[in-house]
Amino acid sequence: MDTAVSVLNVTKNYGDVEALRDLSLDFPRGQLTSLLGPSGCGKTTLLKIIAGLLEPTAGNIEIDGKQITGPGEDRAFVFQDFALLPWANVLRNVSFGLELRGVAKSEREAIAEKYINNVGLTGFEKSYPHELSGGMRQRVGLARALSVDSKVLLLDEPFSAVDEQNRRKFQEDMLELVRNENKTFIFVTHSIEEAVYVSDQIAILLPRPSRVSEIIRPKGFRSAGVENIRRSKEYLDIVDQIWASLRNYVE
Amino acid sequence: MLVIKSMNRSLFLKLLSAFIVFGTWELAGRIPVSYAFPTFFESMQALFAMTMDGSIFVAYAETLKPLTLGVAISAVSGIGLGLWIGLSSRFEWLFSPIFIVMQAAPLAALIPILVMAYGIGLTSKVFVVCIMAMPVIVLNTASAVRNTPTSIKDMGRSFLATDRDVILKIIIPAASPVIFSGLRLGISAGFIGAILSELKITPTGVGDIITYSRSIADYPSMYAAIFSIIVLAVLFLNGLERVENYLFEGNNRGYVSD
Repeated sequence: MDTAVSVLNVTKNYGDVEALRDLSLDFPRGQLTSLLGPSGCGKTTLLKIIAGLLEPTAGNIEIDGKQITGPGEDRAFVFQDFALLPWANVLRNVSFGLELRGVAKSEREAIAEKYINNVGLTGFEKSYPHELSGGMRQRVGLARALSVDSKVLLLDEPFSAVDEQNRRKFQEDMLELVRNENKTFIFVTHSIEEAVYVSDQIAILLPRPSRVSEIIRPKGFRSAGVENIRRSKEYLDIVDQIWASLRNYVE
Repeated sequence: MLVIKSMNRSLFLKLLSAFIVFGTWELAGRIPVSYAFPTFFESMQALFAMTMDGSIFVAYAETLKPLTLGVAISAVSGIGLGLWIGLSSRFEWLFSPIFIVMQAAPLAALIPILVMAYGIGLTSKVFVVCIMAMPVIVLNTASAVRNTPTSIKDMGRSFLATDRDVILKIIIPAASPVIFSGLRLGISAGFIGAILSELKITPTGVGDIITYSRSIADYPSMYAAIFSIIVLAVLFLNGLERVENYLFEGNNRGYVSD
C-alpha cells in the first residue's frame, strides 16, 4: 500500500497529562482515513500534530518519507469552527491561503472563483461570513483548503457545527471529492455513522493515553452508490462493531 | 409617525433627542435652576458672538495643540505598546500595572508634580492629555490582542502565515473593534484632559474662555465654550467611527461565531 502520511511513535504530553502515547499510524495515498474515538481521545491533538500546529513530545510525522518540521505547503486544514475572517468577504477568505503564499491578486481570485463555484457558493463572493449559514461557512472553509491545492487535506470535525441535512450533503460531497481529487484526506469525527460512511479506512482511537486500538477498512459498499451505502449490511455491521468497542469508554 | 420612512428614522431620533436635551436645558435656564446657569439660547448667542469676532478660533488654535499632540501620541504609542503587551506575557507583567495605576490615579492632584517637573508650557499639557487618553487605549489593545480567537491564528499558521502576517492580517483586524472602542474612550478622555490642563496649569485657549467668563460672571460664554468642546469631541468620534467602518467593513456586522 502506498503511504502518503506516516505517524511514527508519536507521544504528546501536556505537563503531566499524557495525551498520546507512542502512537503509529499510516495514511494511504488518495484515500480518506477517519480518526474516530470518544471525546478526549486526542484525535484533534493528533491532527494538529500532523498539521504542524503542535509539536509532538516524542516521535515524528513523515509525509512522502520526509519528516515535517511545521506547517507546510503539502497540507491544508479545515477547521471545526470554520476559522473564517469575519472582516473579509467570501472571495478574500477563500483566497486567503493563496494570499499568504504570495500569489498575485488577480491570479488568486481566479483560483478562488473556481473553488467557490465548485462548492456551490457562486454569487456569494461579496458576502461576509456572518451573512452565511453554518453550512455555507464551512463550504467557504473547504474552498479555502482546496484552493491551495495541497496533497493532504486535514479536516477537524468539519461538519459537527453544521445542521443535519447539510451534513448529509457534505458527506456525499466528500465521497465525490475523494474520488475526483487526487488527495489524501485525514478526517477527525466523533460520529460513528459519518466515519463509516465517508472512510476508506477508520482508525479507532481509545483514550487516556490515546492509542490506535483498531483499524477497519470497509470493502464492499463504497461501489454501491451514495444512496445505498446506509442500507448495506456491511455498513450496518461496522457501525455496530465500532459502537460495541467504544461504548465502554463513553462516560 | 407614519410619514417617517425607516431610513430617516435614525436621523429623526437624533434630532428628537437633541430637541429634548436642548429643550430641557432651555427650561432649566429659564426657571432658573441657578443664577449661574444660562439658557440654551443665551449660550448659543454667546457662541455665535465668539464665532463672529473670531475669539473661539483663536482659542481653539491654542487648545488643539496639546490636544492633537497628546491624542496622536496616545493613539500611536498606546496601540503600539498595547500590541507589545498583548503579544508577550512578560510585558504584560511589566507594564499593565503602570497603566492600571495611571487609569485610577486622581490626575488633578498629580498636576502640580507635572508642573514642577516640566514647567507650565506645552509639555505638561500634553502629558495631562496622554495620562488621560493612553491607559484605556493600551489596556484595550492588549486585551483584544490577547483574546484573538486561537482558531483563526491556527488557521493563519496552517496556511503558512509568517509571524508578521499573523499580526498584520489576523491579530490587528480581529482586535480592531476593541482597539477602536479603546480609542473612542481614550480620545474622549483626552478632550477632558486638554481642558483640565488649561484649567489647572495655565489658562489658555478654551480653558481661558471658561476661566475668564466665569470670573466676570459671563456664564453664557462659559457654557458656550463647554458646549463647543463637546460638539468637537462628538464630531471627532463620529469621524473615527467612519474610519473604522471603512477599514474593517465586515467587523461592523457581528462575528462568525455569533
